[in-house]
Amino acid sequence: MRAAVTILAVAALASVPLWLRDPYLLNALITTGIFVIGAMSLNLLLGFTGQLSLGHIAFFGIGAYVSALTSLGFDIGLPGGFRLVHTPWPPILGFVLAILIAGLCGYFVGLLSFRVRGAYFVIVTISFAEVVRLVALNWVELTQGPLALTNIPFIALPLPGLGELTLRTKMQNYYLVLVVALIAYLLIARLVHSHFGRSMRGLMENETLAVSVGIDVTRTLTIAAVISAAIAGAAGSLYAHYIRIIDPEVFAFINTVTMVIMVISGGKGSLAGPVVGGLIFGLLPVALRPVMAPEAQWIAYGGVLIAILFVLPRGIVPSLAQRLTRRRSGTTALAPVTLTETGAKEPA
Amino acid sequence: MTARSIAMTIDQVAVRFGGLVAISDMSFEVGEGEIVSLIGPNGAGKTTAFNVMTGFLTPSAGRVAYRNTALAGLKPHEIADLGLIRTFQRTSVFPNDTVYDNLLIGLHRQGRVRLLDAILSLPGARASERKLRQRAGELLEWVGLERRAHDAAGSLSYGEQRLVGVALALAAEPSMLLLDEPVSGMNASETHRFVELIRGIRDRGITILLVEHDMPMVMTVSDRIVVLNYGRIIAEGTPEVIRNDPAVIEAYLGHGAGRA
Ligand SMILES: Nc1ncnc2c1ncn2[C@@H]1O[C@H](COP(=O)(O)OP(=O)(O)OP(=O)(O)O)[C@@H](O)[C@H]1O
Ligand SMILES: [Mg+2]
Repeated sequence: MRAAVTILAVAALASVPLWLRDPYLLNALITTGIFVIGAMSLNLLLGFTGQLSLGHIAFFGIGAYVSALTSLGFDIGLPGGFRLVHTPWPPILGFVLAILIAGLCGYFVGLLSFRVRGAYFVIVTISFAEVVRLVALNWVELTQGPLALTNIPFIALPLPGLGELTLRTKMQNYYLVLVVALIAYLLIARLVHSHFGRSMRGLMENETLAVSVGIDVTRTLTIAAVISAAIAGAAGSLYAHYIRIIDPEVFAFINTVTMVIMVISGGKGSLAGPVVGGLIFGLLPVALRPVMAPEAQWIAYGGVLIAILFVLPRGIVPSLAQRLTRRRSGTTALAPVTLTETGAKEPA
Repeated sequence: MTARSIAMTIDQVAVRFGGLVAISDMSFEVGEGEIVSLIGPNGAGKTTAFNVMTGFLTPSAGRVAYRNTALAGLKPHEIADLGLIRTFQRTSVFPNDTVYDNLLIGLHRQGRVRLLDAILSLPGARASERKLRQRAGELLEWVGLERRAHDAAGSLSYGEQRLVGVALALAAEPSMLLLDEPVSGMNASETHRFVELIRGIRDRGITILLVEHDMPMVMTVSDRIVVLNYGRIIAEGTPEVIRNDPAVIEAYLGHGAGRA
């Protein structure tokens, strides 16, 4: 049943470019998809470990800059009169480096903040995002500062024996984003359903009890932060090569807020939540554009978020799932529990 | 307990909270495979002693060693890795998870697989997962919670939640188990079954240190009893000896005999 819903949803999403010819809408779907990947990565932390990364856009932005600079090349002066010259590499390598370096940043942020629990992580992540934004703004030689990095190349996929396929069209980029989003979704699903995922949940529910059975808090949270940051970095790289221009505004706090809204409205701690919330809040601007000025739209977002949480307090996906199971268990008797087939009376 | 080898040594441990002396100069040993009870009136320092032994609290003085490993500076999860596992006085479960999933979380120590193997769902990871599920089922049966397997742990009765707490500790594969008032909140028949469970645990070679106010239970189950009052050990010996110790009777009467 669940698998059927997933397959149907994927098939529906995959069919979109076949019937949707409006480039404006397709563009909105691509950028929305990129932000959905970001929201999924945020959900891994917020929904499955309870840690709020309020500077999450930093990992996204780092991914964007790393990928852009890898594929554009740079020539910068270092202290002591040295110069560091990097000639352009294929964008696909930029994509890989974006994942690695964003993940590394996630590691350091985690290392810094997870020794102490509570608001500490929130503060460290906010500060981290601000510091990175200032670096991007002021290290003009590397990043062009407010002038932005422009002419970022499209991603080109190497096809063995056939050369390369450069993804120029909206349709191609749509499928690229869809595939990366699917991989991220499956990765997170596997992770949270694994033994590691149970440790994360245990920590979130009752940390004292979790450590008493041997779960290492710092290690678990740090691994989650690394994976979350790496996925956000992948999204940032897609963003850079699709929009093809990035400036330090990518690090703006409002972008993190957008991701948080996507996660909360769709339902944190649910795999599909960020996808649903992301689609709603990614496409809302499209719907509101004819009737509202961009500044006024933020008020509408707030209104929509409050309305959703008023009707579905745990977010769309978990609240609807809860109602569905309640209705079903009301009509049919619960299946008897079957555990294991072993005849052992006591653990060996 | 002459022939036994020593599992845990508590050596001149003291704990102060600001001006309050919760434990002063506490020394005793627990032998391998023994059931030792730590008793004393409310506020005597029993839970504090557990917190020191499991790394949740750093003592102001003294040292604790488990199987010749000094515990100073070890984090709780590292101490758990030595096989020293505790339960909590206040009910402590993962409330939103089913009882079955609670045990799977508790099985953490046995389920370590490489993360990449788990993500790629390699055969090794799948085999480990199967083993964990089987083991969780066995533990449920052992503590008698099979019928509650798929209920949220937080929805269980108080007594059942205490059992989940013990099952969780057992899932962590202890070589020594510290139980903090495990039968409080249990009715008479639940308590009776629990005594059987404790004996069963000991028969598997697991050393037990028990904190409990239920005196009949302590007297039947313990090999040895250590009595604490105002953070100080006032008596130590077999249930027979303790039952007739004037200092113990005095301590309990002084605090209101109703509790004892
Ligand atoms: N974290 C703490 N900070 C300050 N004082 C504490 C702390 N923990 C315990 N105490 C005090 O230390 C003393 C011993 O407490 P403890 O909880 O160890 O007693 P106990 O023997 O377990 O009692 P009970 O039978 O009621 O569980 C008490 O006076 C208690 O108020
Ligand atoms: Mg206590």
